[in-house]
Amino acid sequence: MTQIKLSKCKIDQLVALCDEHGNQPGELINILHKAQELFGYLPREVQEVIARQLNIPVSKVYGVVTFYSFFSMTPKGEHPISVCMGTACYVRGAEKVLDEFKRLLNINVGETTPDGKFSLTSLRCVGACGLAPVVLIGEKVYGRVVPGDVEKILQEFQ
Amino acid sequence: MNENITLKIDNREVSVPKGTTILEAARGMGIDIPTLCYMNLEGMCIKNAPASCRLCVVEVKGRRNLAPSCATRCENGMEVHTNTIRVLNARRTVMELILSDHPSDCLVCAKSGNCELQNAAIKLGIREIPFQGEQTEYRVDLSPSIRRDMSKCIYCRRCETMCNQVQTVGALGAANRGFGAVVMPAFDLDLKDTECTFCGQCVAVCPVGALTEIDHTNRLIRDLANPKKTVIVQTAPAVRAALGEEFGLEPGTSVTGKMVAALRQLGFAKVFDTDFAADLTIMEEGTELLGRLGAFLNGDKDVKLPIITSCCPGWVNFFEKQFPDLLDLPSSARSPQQMFGSIAKTYWAEKMGIPREDLVVVSVMPCIAKKFECERDEFKTNGDPDVNYSITTRELASLIKRTNINFMQLPDEDFDAPLGESTGAAVIFGASGGVMEAALRTAYELQTGKTLDNVNFENVRGMEGLKEATIDVNGVELKVAVAHTLGNARKLMEAIRAGQCHYHAIEVMACPGGCIGGGGQPLHHGNSELLKARTRALYTEDEGKHLRKSHENPYIISLYEEFLGKPMSEKAHHLLHTCYFNRGKEFIEQ
Repeated sequence: MTQIKLSKCKIDQLVALCDEHGNQPGELINILHKAQELFGYLPREVQEVIARQLNIPVSKVYGVVTFYSFFSMTPKGEHPISVCMGTACYVRGAEKVLDEFKRLLNINVGETTPDGKFSLTSLRCVGACGLAPVVLIGEKVYGRVVPGDVEKILQEFQ
Repeated sequence: MNENITLKIDNREVSVPKGTTILEAARGMGIDIPTLCYMNLEGMCIKNAPASCRLCVVEVKGRRNLAPSCATRCENGMEVHTNTIRVLNARRTVMELILSDHPSDCLVCAKSGNCELQNAAIKLGIREIPFQGEQTEYRVDLSPSIRRDMSKCIYCRRCETMCNQVQTVGALGAANRGFGAVVMPAFDLDLKDTECTFCGQCVAVCPVGALTEIDHTNRLIRDLANPKKTVIVQTAPAVRAALGEEFGLEPGTSVTGKMVAALRQLGFAKVFDTDFAADLTIMEEGTELLGRLGAFLNGDKDVKLPIITSCCPGWVNFFEKQFPDLLDLPSSARSPQQMFGSIAKTYWAEKMGIPREDLVVVSVMPCIAKKFECERDEFKTNGDPDVNYSITTRELASLIKRTNINFMQLPDEDFDAPLGESTGAAVIFGASGGVMEAALRTAYELQTGKTLDNVNFENVRGMEGLKEATIDVNGVELKVAVAHTLGNARKLMEAIRAGQCHYHAIEVMACPGGCIGGGGQPLHHGNSELLKARTRALYTEDEGKHLRKSHENPYIISLYEEFLGKPMSEKAHHLLHTCYFNRGKEFIEQ
């Protein structure tokens, strides 16, 4: 794991965030959500600061971060790609779409391209099953995606 | 409120208090339902019943699926069957599934013969593992005290309960999900880089070989066989109260004499007693207590009180990591193990004319944090540790069995002089409250010049998590407190931090019941009756001793006359005291 030193200013923001939630251990998941918005991901230092502010063991914070697939410990790319692998998308060929993203970007699920441009995750159901298979890039939704579309989609972001 | 529930288990009617689980009711009737994840720490009112192993399932009439008996409460009119074919088949399948993701290296596993998974497999008559598939594999994490091999973990989460709820250390936690779920430190760090105190309570409750102590038995056998080395041993007080259990004796049977005989047969040049050093600890720590208390009574506002004991290495690790702002409170006195090593490698070695490099000091401890303590740099001279290494009570039992010593037929033998002589005050060091009681016996007499009519301080004894007492010392009310388990110690420390604590002296032991419940003892499985029996053994031995106050130990008196001068002298400071370090989490900033 790369050691990333956080700037004082960012730490202050994180501490303030914990304060806003009353430093309550019960607010851990909400705080992690906000922290991930703030940093883009949840590196070790962020988890350690949160544990200290909430006065809970960092093993507990780490347990929650690793349990929920929404939370990430690797930095997301500029354009985070999420391929839905929910039942509807899966039966309509989402796996092949995901494979095509992997092939073209040369990364695995959970990884980020070396230039930091794209990251790839899979998720379970975005609630748009009528459009299956669905791909999300940032806020943009692509429906009825087939492997042949992937190259064209990626070019939109080059 | 004492409402009773009546139900039938295996066609027998039983009445139990409301809230009782099916498992508890059945066990109360003598029906032994197998379990793996279940653990009931009655003395601490903490239960681990995540219903995760599913081995304890039973059939409840009218219920569609099988019920985990550890987490299902009894209800009026319930009809429970614990041994139907459906139950037996389900348990077998559960077991086969657990075993399908468990290494089959039982023959060479440290837990073999003492493994709950193995026992359950035997009990269920498992003869094959029909499920083939992926197995989880993890690296082995070696620290000075603990070997952690999560490939063997069955995810019962008992260690997590001990580490978080009982000890409030929080080094271990559940991470990841599904097949990848595992109990580990945050970020999969090595234990040595976490808040871990090496108290070893995770090891004490692990049902399998996932968490075990670092084994030094082979190293010891090599040293004993080396003609160039003089190998001597010291044994902690709690060892003699539990070693017998490994040879089938009732818990609470003291085996001091046989233990000494066994160590002599193993080939140690001298068999000494850590109790000697415990008496020495009392001289130093008691003097420090009286010094600080005297200064306080004379109006010194800066004196640091309460003074807190520092014998327990798990506790020392705990306050260095969790309370680095309070490092000036604990006594600077080294633990008895380290005092022994220091005296053995100076005073005794000089007396015997043995060069330091040829002397190997080994300790037998109820503890696995002692292994870490041996490796601390403060306790080394030119890189040579005062105590070379420590083995646990379990390791000693294993050595005795390995070398064909018939333990039960051994005669009772005495420790060697001079480092084997001790008083009753030292013997009770192994139980929660014992160090405080020993200190009170000496501090009272040294301060008042009077002889105690009754040396028993009953208020500080027993299994209560927090005990307190007030003692009148020449008109001064001395307020003391005793805590065992780190969770209880945390409560005291947080009160001190908040300025809400008015004790003069505090004793802390990291393990339940004190050292008698240590991580290196025969596994206590959270059974408080067992811990009580071991405690009784120590107090009985104390009662039987001719000398029961540390300052009356004749060899301690001559050690001061011949070598150390007086307690807290410059030489004593150099050899018998230490300092503590801030090992709190440094947090990275720019």
